[in-house]
Amino acid sequence: MNNSTTTNAPGDMGGSALNATPVSVRETPVSGLAALDYSILQQCMHCGMCLPTCPTYIETKEERHSPRGRISLMRAIADGEIEATKAFGEEMYYCLGCLACTSACPAGVNYAQLFETARSEVEAKGLLDSPKRDAIRWFALRLIFTRPRLLRFVGRLLWLWQVTGAQYAFRKLRLTRLLPADLRRLEPQAPVVQAKFSHQLIAPVERPAQAATKPRRVAVLTGCVQDLIFADINRATVDVLLANGCEVHTPPLQPCCGSLHAHNGDTETAEALARRQIDLIDPFAFDAIISNAGGCGSHLRHYDHILEGDDRYAARAAEWSRKLKDISEYLVEIGFRRPEASAVPAASVDVTYHESCHLCHGQKVSRQPREVLNAVPGVKLHECGEATMCCGSAGIYSITQPETAGWLQQRKLGHLRATGASVVATANPGCHLQIANGFKQAGEATSVVHPIILLADAYRAERAKA
Amino acid sequence: MNLPSLPDDPDGTNLDFMPQGYPELVGALTHTLGPKNVLTSTEDILPYGFDGTAALKQRPLAVVFARDAAQVSAVLKLARVHRAPVVTRGSGTGLSGGSVPVAGAIVLCLVQMDRIMEVDAANLTLRAEAGAITQRIFDEADAAGLFYPPDPGSMKISTIGGNVAENSGGLRGLKYGVTRDYVMGLEVVLADGSICWLGSKCVKDVAGYNLRDLFVGSEGTLGVITQVLLKLLPKPAARQTLLATFARMDAAAETVSSIIAAKIIPCTLEFLDRKTIQCVEDFAKVGLPRDAEAILLIETDGHPAAVVDEALKVEELCRSHGATTVRRAASAAEAVQLATARRSAFSALARLRPTTILEDVTVPRSELAGMIREVETIAVKHRLNIATFGHFGDGNLHPTILTDERDTEEMQRVEHAFADIVAATLARGGTITGEHGVGLAKKPFLKRQLGDASYELLRLVKRSLDPDGLLNPGKIFDLSETLQSDE
Ligand SMILES: Cc1cc2nc3c(=O)[nH]c(=O)nc-3n(C[C@H](O)[C@H](O)[C@H](O)COP(=O)(O)OP(=O)(O)OC[C@H]3O[C@@H](n4cnc5c(N)ncnc54)[C@H](O)[C@@H]3O)c2cc1C
Ligand code: SF4
Ligand code: SF4
Repeated sequence: MNNSTTTNAPGDMGGSALNATPVSVRETPVSGLAALDYSILQQCMHCGMCLPTCPTYIETKEERHSPRGRISLMRAIADGEIEATKAFGEEMYYCLGCLACTSACPAGVNYAQLFETARSEVEAKGLLDSPKRDAIRWFALRLIFTRPRLLRFVGRLLWLWQVTGAQYAFRKLRLTRLLPADLRRLEPQAPVVQAKFSHQLIAPVERPAQAATKPRRVAVLTGCVQDLIFADINRATVDVLLANGCEVHTPPLQPCCGSLHAHNGDTETAEALARRQIDLIDPFAFDAIISNAGGCGSHLRHYDHILEGDDRYAARAAEWSRKLKDISEYLVEIGFRRPEASAVPAASVDVTYHESCHLCHGQKVSRQPREVLNAVPGVKLHECGEATMCCGSAGIYSITQPETAGWLQQRKLGHLRATGASVVATANPGCHLQIANGFKQAGEATSVVHPIILLADAYRAERAKA
Repeated sequence: MNLPSLPDDPDGTNLDFMPQGYPELVGALTHTLGPKNVLTSTEDILPYGFDGTAALKQRPLAVVFARDAAQVSAVLKLARVHRAPVVTRGSGTGLSGGSVPVAGAIVLCLVQMDRIMEVDAANLTLRAEAGAITQRIFDEADAAGLFYPPDPGSMKISTIGGNVAENSGGLRGLKYGVTRDYVMGLEVVLADGSICWLGSKCVKDVAGYNLRDLFVGSEGTLGVITQVLLKLLPKPAARQTLLATFARMDAAAETVSSIIAAKIIPCTLEFLDRKTIQCVEDFAKVGLPRDAEAILLIETDGHPAAVVDEALKVEELCRSHGATTVRRAASAAEAVQLATARRSAFSALARLRPTTILEDVTVPRSELAGMIREVETIAVKHRLNIATFGHFGDGNLHPTILTDERDTEEMQRVEHAFADIVAATLARGGTITGEHGVGLAKKPFLKRQLGDASYELLRLVKRSLDPDGLLNPGKIFDLSETLQSDE
């Protein structure tokens, strides 16, 4: 169905140092609910088993804001029974895309696909268009998050802003009052950018100290947000892979995976970015492709589906999806080495684990991060209530729907506090920031880490002792 | 009988359609309940056009949320003035179309009335609003060391009001009975808006007719339940779950008969056939044997010594009747996992075909094995894909037809198969519905089961309590049909 001719994308997204094949998009995007395989819509038998896990239904108790309610609206549109209206568009953006409904659904409804199709219909029809929204979307989706160098440049500016004290002075002088209301609200939440980005911390190829005869070859994806504000997590990911005898390949300049685009109705760009990712990392050349961010991984895993209609890429995309692994998942799969208990400080630390939606619901990786945490000497893992419920970050949801995002954040903090843990482990940058911001605003010292950081620290302590 | 003529818009697709006086009614409702509690826009009300039942759909005119009995009363009074039908709704998980709106109806949704008001440990009772979720009632009782047994598969989301209105069963029905057995009192708003309490905290109470029980299983046709007073039990000290695998369906059925004949009443005796096993395992991944022809999920509970003893006997009976394996749940967590997996059976079956239509026939337990064979014969006869699971210990089967509502030819065969299943059930002294209610789905078969006199008595009760016929009209039976003209 996708044999349409391809053209260069408007506003050409090539032009990076990657020199990848020109970004191509479908001429007439086959989008929309009516074009969707009807059996995907029909799969929902409206039993309601997903309702108690859906955050927006819990918040409102209105069917429209529930998974089956949303699916019924999509189906009515596909049937031509109702028009796709602005109200429908708003509904699709009120949905968090957290996919809790897919874990709860015994019938196996593919909500992720329904949701992405619906949002792309909303965008194709321009149901929510306004000059301000259009500008922001163009800036984020088409400009910044398609050009890794530009993103790093923006990141560098933000870093300068934060370290030079300009941010502090600006706030002291109460110049923030000059900002429009929504920016004023967001400004203090802006993440702290790290001094070094991933490519400054990680060599393109790193080999384990004691290489096995045939080491596992893996590629590490550095992500875009992760690259700027959590480059240390990328470093730790490489470290634990090395400690487990893997030869690690980390291309220094990687494109965005496209998840932001797919979740925000820009299927075209999402497809183009998937192609570029595959051009950069040939899945046939590696034993595994490693992601360490729940949100990215969940999208990266579905390249097979995204490119299934593209003859030139379909086979590689299928291989890609087979090889794509979350870091914890891969470590457990290869039987990772537990650090020596003796190498670590006697004092134990109380840790609780918040599951990123797209790791547990999107990728069904839930047990493995806990295994990693339990392997770290000195870590005492305490389960929290509602561990699999969204923290309200949900991509850019905390920006677009601040009220619901805030409510979810507070609900999450309550459950985390109740465990008495001093450290919250989580494996997704969005959740990481949302939870860390929450604790910061409440003036609490609880810290947030990626499970891999704790494991990497333990290996390092072990080496220091040896 | 003067019945209001109900608006005529069978598909609910005529958006311009409005009964007379509708804008005034909506205005008055909004005035009484506040604008947030009255929904009328297409996007808001379309998702209230169905419940958990396949292939039934009807858009309402408006959806309203009430916060207490006084508001419910106000809604019913307004509806009466404007002669608008009112369909009460809990969480909309019903499986007989009970909360599917009728044309021109106001859907009165009670999910916002979800307070649990009292757990009385001295009298072993719990009082809650009708919209409280069943699981929360179980949890609150559990936290007080007490036990609320009825556990329908939908308990994580169904409301207690819906449970009472359908007299729902569950996995523990064999030993502990159904919802009715735990209802001590109800607050009900009648069609004219009057609010009354039926029943009390007293274990014995024979003051007047037992009208409380009249409302249990009334499917929203006699009044709106706004509060329930429930009986609780002490929490059983121990429980043990067993999972027995069979290579033949008959062997499983015979095992059940032998357990009952040995005077053992387990709390749970559930059955899944091969297709159901595979779908449930695909979803829940709890290690069910995919190649088994049938499994029995058995749980005994009570005094620890009795549980050990019963579990042993049950295991022996399973083995002596041909069980290929018997697995014991190693922990409470594993037992909960297995029960949760079983609860997903109906929805999990939707993995196989687009439309999943389930039956709820119940036969005396001695007829079970024969009934199961008959369902298999009917499936072959009509060339249909039928999976069966159910509450074996209660004689309650859920033969589930896996089909596609868009295939009209196949849907005709489905109709015939249902008629055959009903005929077979009634011939064996069974009932057309064990726990899901009559609603719309079983309406055509009710009179055949009840006989003329009983059927007419039901309608007499309805006319006395709801003379205008505005409460969930057209459910269970039609009031307008006359006995003579009805076949
Ligand atoms: C996956 C699944 C599993 C299920 N398993 C079981 C099971 O094991 N056993 C079983 O018995 N049922 C089962 N059911 C059926 C259903 O869940 C029950 O009938 C349940 O009690 C319905 O509750 P509800 O709140 O969803 O009610 P709804 O579906 O909203 O309403 C059901 C009926 O009750 C009426 N009603 C609701 N609330 C009130 C009220 N407050 N006052 C007056 N009338 C009211 C409605 O008008 C309607 O006629 C299952 C359903 C699903 C989808
Ligand atoms: S999405 Fe799944 S769980 Fe939710 S109503 Fe549909 S079939 Fe049931
Ligand atoms: S993705 Fe999350 S918010 Fe959206 S319908 Fe599913 S559970 Fe609800």
